[in-house]
Amino acid sequence: MTDTSAAEREPGPGDGAIVTRGLTKRYRGGQLAVDGLDLTVPAGSVFGFLGPNGSGKTTTIRMLMGLIEPTSGTARVLGRPMPRATLAVLPQVGALIEGPALYGFLSGRDNLLRYDAADPIADPRTRRARVAAALDRVGLTAAAGKKAKAYSLGMKQRLGLAAALLQPRRLLVLDEPTNGLDPQGMREIRSLIRELASDGTTVFLSSHLLDEIEQVCTHAAVMAQGRLVTQGAVADLAAGTRGRLVVTTPDPADAARVLKEQGAADVVVTEDRVTAEPPERDLAEVNAALVTAGVRVRGFGVERASLEEAFVALTGEGFDVAG
Amino acid sequence: MSRADLDPAQEGTGGTAQESAGRTARTTQESTEQRIPLARRGSLLLNELRTTLRRWRTLALLGVLAAVPVLVGIAVRIETGDGGSAGGGTGEGPAFISQITNNGLFLVFTALAATLPFFLPMAVGVIAGDAIAGEAGAGTLRYLLVAPAGRTRLLLTKYATTMAFCLLATLVVAVSALTVGALLFPLGELTTISGTRISFTEGLGRALLIALVVAASLTGVAALGLFVSTLTNSGIAAMATTVGLLITVQILDQIPQLDAIHPYLFSHHWLSFADLMREPVYWDDLVKNLGLQALYAAVFGSAAWARFTTKDITT
Ligand SMILES: Nc1ncnc2c1ncn2[C@@H]1O[C@H](COP(=O)(O)OP(=O)(O)O)[C@@H](O)[C@H]1O
Ligand SMILES: [Mg+2]
Repeated sequence: MTDTSAAEREPGPGDGAIVTRGLTKRYRGGQLAVDGLDLTVPAGSVFGFLGPNGSGKTTTIRMLMGLIEPTSGTARVLGRPMPRATLAVLPQVGALIEGPALYGFLSGRDNLLRYDAADPIADPRTRRARVAAALDRVGLTAAAGKKAKAYSLGMKQRLGLAAALLQPRRLLVLDEPTNGLDPQGMREIRSLIRELASDGTTVFLSSHLLDEIEQVCTHAAVMAQGRLVTQGAVADLAAGTRGRLVVTTPDPADAARVLKEQGAADVVVTEDRVTAEPPERDLAEVNAALVTAGVRVRGFGVERASLEEAFVALTGEGFDVAG
Repeated sequence: MSRADLDPAQEGTGGTAQESAGRTARTTQESTEQRIPLARRGSLLLNELRTTLRRWRTLALLGVLAAVPVLVGIAVRIETGDGGSAGGGTGEGPAFISQITNNGLFLVFTALAATLPFFLPMAVGVIAGDAIAGEAGAGTLRYLLVAPAGRTRLLLTKYATTMAFCLLATLVVAVSALTVGALLFPLGELTTISGTRISFTEGLGRALLIALVVAASLTGVAALGLFVSTLTNSGIAAMATTVGLLITVQILDQIPQLDAIHPYLFSHHWLSFADLMREPVYWDDLVKNLGLQALYAAVFGSAAWARFTTKDITT
């Protein structure tokens, strides 16, 4: 009866907290939401899962959490195949999926007690203490007795996060955890994520906000229209598009001429700034050539590309999303 | 049944092969539950019972059910306030109503006979219909499942809670009726349908037995409601559908031309509980009723399981 298909064999365990191969989901309506996703999330990383709204982030997360069945392909979480191993894997995973969902007629504390009771591994003897600790961690101790329907969006989001923190977790899966929060709330959530990551928890963080990923993540993957555009360490992704050489000078015309002579391409002059694709040779020599030619140089350097520029370079389109 | 089998989570390619693989997978996965201590596994059931009782909807339903014996008791009392027995004794109204003035205990039987055709199963339909669909609509289902509650465990918990509600609702009617009966009418020995006399204590015993049988009569609707609840993500839609099916079945049961199907309608033998008031007890219809309820529970329970364990949770 056992189904020893691709689900069991590849990819092997131990090569990542999350590993997917050819993961695909076509919804009932025919919508291809995720298309052949090959994702590897290194253990211990803070992994940004970046993409505009509708690019398939939540669908991927639902497949990883065993809520929906992939149309094809495989997913392993903490080395075990999903959705087959949900009961073994999920007690070690805290998740916030597409915003919090709460029982409005229950207090914040009672919401957490219920979610904890749903986990068959959770020890009832330590339940109250763990709930109190989780509430404390997200700063909701004072509001713990209030009915959840009276919570603000930010408080609901934090209560959802608290539910993910009821146990020590090996993996946290957070689907747009700062959605709908004010800047202060965003900062709080981000510092909490950094704190959790510093304890060694792998964090898988989806977001449509580039700067969020740049601020907190060590690794990232970029999604567009259900397909993986790229993945890797954040520093490498940004470096993937080479930075631009920027010279600030009161003699832009001379500077542009010299840069071209030195082999720089795509030279652009804007007032006192000359930018160009850096040539292959040592930049110290380029600088020396400018000075030798009598160009008065105020500033000389390479501007590292941001993740946003990397994204534009990769997809050939802007990262314009509403909300 | 067939809809549940042919309408699994998987879309597009693969159809049945993939589906059975998926179901095997989940069955294997659920078996890890066996190793978990019972005390921990029971946590969810306890919490579910408590949570259900804290919904205002549950309390409102129980309130309505408690009010029915009060209304019946007061109506009978007013009717017979100027002495004499109720409305000349026979004919109109629910079973046993004519005996209430002689013995308040009969209000228990009358109230159960009055609520079993509609109020009780409607209340059960609301609770059962909301069980899964309500959680799906609120989005709390996904968090229960990633906790991970386990799909089979969650469904069993929901069914057990619905059954507990059946019992509680029936007892609410019975206790309310007994209280009102004791306050408004004399208590004492009573006469069975067969004409023999039994002591008040034995009468109380029969009342309890009848309440248990009435509660058991609701298991079929409970299973049906739970199955409907796995088909939609709207608690309201599931409740309305279940109550609608209840009404439809009750109407079909009244149409003589359809008597071929009557024995298979879950409500057909409901009023057989009155046979517990015969001396000796007449068991045939009682057994048919309980057997039919078990059949409904098996069929719709399996259908609910087949549907729920393969369903895509997208809310
Ligand atoms: N339940 C569903 N049924 C059909 N299509 C869906 C469903 N959920 C999402 N989609 C579609 O799948 C695509 C990916 O959605 P989603 O995974 O929610 O993206 P994201 O989380 O990146 O915003 C979108 O085009 C969306 O409209
Ligand atoms: Mg999303």
